[in-house]
Amino acid sequence: MIEVGDLTVTFGTGARAVRAVRGISFTVAEGESFGLVGESGSGKSTVLRAMAGLNRDWGGRMTVAGQPLGKTRARAFYRSLQMVFQDPFGSLHPRHTINDILGEPLKIHVIGDSETRILNALDEVGLGPEYRFRFPHQLSGGQRQRIAIARALIINPPIMLLDEPTSALDVSVQAEILNLLRRLRNEHRLTYILVSHDLSVVAHMCDRLAIMNAGRVVEQLSVERLRAHEPDHPYTKQLLRASLGYDRAAAENLEWFD
Amino acid sequence: MTEMAPRDGAQAGSEAGLRAWLLSSTPSSAFQARCQRVYLSWRSFSRNPIAMVGFLIILLLLVVAAFAPLITSGDGTSQVLQDRLLPPSAEHWFGTDQLGRDIFDRIIWGSRITLYIVALVAVIVVPVGLLVGTVAGYLGGWVDAILMRITDIFLAFPRLILALAFVSALGPGLENAVLAIALTTWSPFARIARAETLTIRNAEHILAARVQGASTGRILLHHVTPLCLSSVIVRLTLDMAGIILTAAGLGFLGLGAQPPLPEWGAMISDGRQYLLDQWWVPTIPGIAILVVSMGFNLLGDGLRDVLDPRSGEG
Repeated sequence: MIEVGDLTVTFGTGARAVRAVRGISFTVAEGESFGLVGESGSGKSTVLRAMAGLNRDWGGRMTVAGQPLGKTRARAFYRSLQMVFQDPFGSLHPRHTINDILGEPLKIHVIGDSETRILNALDEVGLGPEYRFRFPHQLSGGQRQRIAIARALIINPPIMLLDEPTSALDVSVQAEILNLLRRLRNEHRLTYILVSHDLSVVAHMCDRLAIMNAGRVVEQLSVERLRAHEPDHPYTKQLLRASLGYDRAAAENLEWFD
Repeated sequence: MTEMAPRDGAQAGSEAGLRAWLLSSTPSSAFQARCQRVYLSWRSFSRNPIAMVGFLIILLLLVVAAFAPLITSGDGTSQVLQDRLLPPSAEHWFGTDQLGRDIFDRIIWGSRITLYIVALVAVIVVPVGLLVGTVAGYLGGWVDAILMRITDIFLAFPRLILALAFVSALGPGLENAVLAIALTTWSPFARIARAETLTIRNAEHILAARVQGASTGRILLHHVTPLCLSSVIVRLTLDMAGIILTAAGLGFLGLGAQPPLPEWGAMISDGRQYLLDQWWVPTIPGIAILVVSMGFNLLGDGLRDVLDPRSGEG
């Protein structure tokens, strides 16, 4: 479904160039949920942005549903791939009602019957029709993230890119959103690429994951191996240990991998 | 009496219903959602007494201009030479000028000219400024550089001087004055729109629109422009005073509205030789300009408090 080969992303030029992604490769099968894990600055979100066409300065190969991707994306491309952003307070237009926000993708892709589709989309993410004409500032963070998910789903894309969809939410709401995403994936046979720095989120959501550090994939492993605490690479082991809570010995023996 | 009471009750009931409709947390139509927004803005606006003074002055200007034929006895251009330079009286509230024309009538008819200038300038300046500013800010790079250098050129000249140059090139007249004022006024709007666009162009809701497949034109029109609009409107109302003064200045110099049109600046110019003996001839139009300019300024200050996204939840 998705193939990424030797992807590089560089910001800036010359001596000040920052090589955010340095040649990573992975494939994601149809219906699979793939996790990209890494600490801040490891380049995981940059990979998603390059896939979504938000960053044009990339090199390498990317193929989505058999179609090789170029630097610019045709409008039709976005019917096969949608993205949910990290910050539910920033990803909804402050002057648009929920109705406008959900209707926008339908207008862009010239899909009719918007009234039923909008009500369906609200229903699917567990919000009632009474939310339809509210403004984003009248909604809580979790409700806004539900709207963002509904907006991505309303044109029925087979692939969803999730950029830390729960990291801006508090813990109880995180679980609701994750369960919603799991349910939607089962119902619509969606393919997910989930970016997170939180190993437990990835373990809950994904079948397979890649660990990224400093722009490279250090290890790809299945969630079973992660749960069994059997990673191969020392960086993954260190990340796993860090995720178990504060440990003075681990903190003092912190290693840098580059 | 007995009949009045229930009717009052019903009226109070429907008023409460309207309030509930306007404040309901579950609007049932896009129309209701917009009305609620306007109503909440209006509530915070009407709590500001100074802004309300400005609003009432502008409202009065609009009403007076709309009903000018009903308020005045003539069209303000008919001359009665035996009634020259009469002081203010019950018959001529603001007196008469050197050609025996009623100054009250001329002020009222002049309000139409003032509104005409202000509206026409706004209609030209806001779209041009928004277009240049949002395109420059959103696309960046060489497009930004070229558009902003053009804007800088217009910003570099004092407004009245540049307007004078334009009018002397185009020829005197109201339309040319409007064109000249518009040409010298749009540049700050482009600057504001660009600054606002720069702050939001990498916001996630703009990125989200791009990922939905929206074209650049659609993003600029539906996503960027609505967020620039409030600062532009505030700036416009605050600029209105300057526009009116420039128009009056051009009129005073004989480059704006031509006689016998009752333009306020031209009226001051015509009457200035009578300032010492018949003070009302130039003073009344001067007061009119002052009051209207002040009204727009006060309104602009109030609107800034309501609309400025940085001063609270917008």
